[in-house]
Amino acid sequence: MKYSVIVRILLKDGVLDPQGETIGRALQDLEFDSVSKVSTGKLFRLEINAETEADARKVAGDAASRLLANPVIERYEIEVAR
Amino acid sequence: MKVGVVVFPGSNCDHDAYSAFKLVRGIEVSYLWHASHDLEGSDIIVLPGGFSYGDYLRAGAIARFSPIVKKVIEFASSGGVVLGICNGFQILTESGLLPGALIRNSGLRFVCRQIILRVENIESILTAAMKQGTLLKMPVAHGEGGYFADDETLIKLERSRRILLRYVDAAGVATAGANPNGSINNIAGIMNDGGNVFGMMPHPERACEATLGSVDGMQLVKALISQVAGGPVAR
Repeated sequence: MKYSVIVRILLKDGVLDPQGETIGRALQDLEFDSVSKVSTGKLFRLEINAETEADARKVAGDAASRLLANPVIERYEIEVAR
Repeated sequence: MKVGVVVFPGSNCDHDAYSAFKLVRGIEVSYLWHASHDLEGSDIIVLPGGFSYGDYLRAGAIARFSPIVKKVIEFASSGGVVLGICNGFQILTESGLLPGALIRNSGLRFVCRQIILRVENIESILTAAMKQGTLLKMPVAHGEGGYFADDETLIKLERSRRILLRYVDAAGVATAGANPNGSINNIAGIMNDGGNVFGMMPHPERACEATLGSVDGMQLVKALISQVAGGPVAR
């Protein structure tokens, strides 16, 4: 079975996100007054051949922790699309 | 005495590093290709600045898994001396040889200018023979040079005096204005637990000839070589 797995990477709380802050200020300039904070991150879609959804999730988790995310500054979330 | 300068696709300070170490009399310098598995008997390994593998994913994230870096990790783990400059520092944090991470500059801009560093600890082979508080002038050139580490790691680094270099103003004070990239505690350079792995964002190899505006980088190059060689060196 082929699974499409989304890996989302976000900066950990407390890590400076100058891009997010700058985009946030731009949104303020555009009068998006209700937007109080913007955080930036990365998104990867992996096509994974696996027996079960749990297996696909495990492969994605290994990929995220070994390469896609830097655990010093980033955390990740995994979502199996199919 | 042999110095190996690693060359990745996208390295652009490899020739500068080569030239800087070549200025010391009797030093043999060679380039080590990223796909090689052989450090060719080097006594010191230099990971130079640049944009290895295009800085794809994160600066240094791909280089960390290259064949030569696997060898560099083995070398460092057995006490071998490694100096990472700029992108080299990023590779060393990504590989776990040094703690922390280098993140996007706080001002979002690529910063390329002369800065002043204060030597914080002279009990390292990179800063030996200097005076405590010596000021060094050399350039920085990076977009992702903000040093970050969690509080626990920072306390450990400060207590064990592994922060070797800090960004300071002309009076030698570590102010926010002297910090080019938002590095925590104005940290510009650190070493590992064992005192054999060094990482710094500023470029000593670009400050080794008077025509380049400063020769202060040569102090670090010479200190490192003389400490590893076990005696004074002549330029």
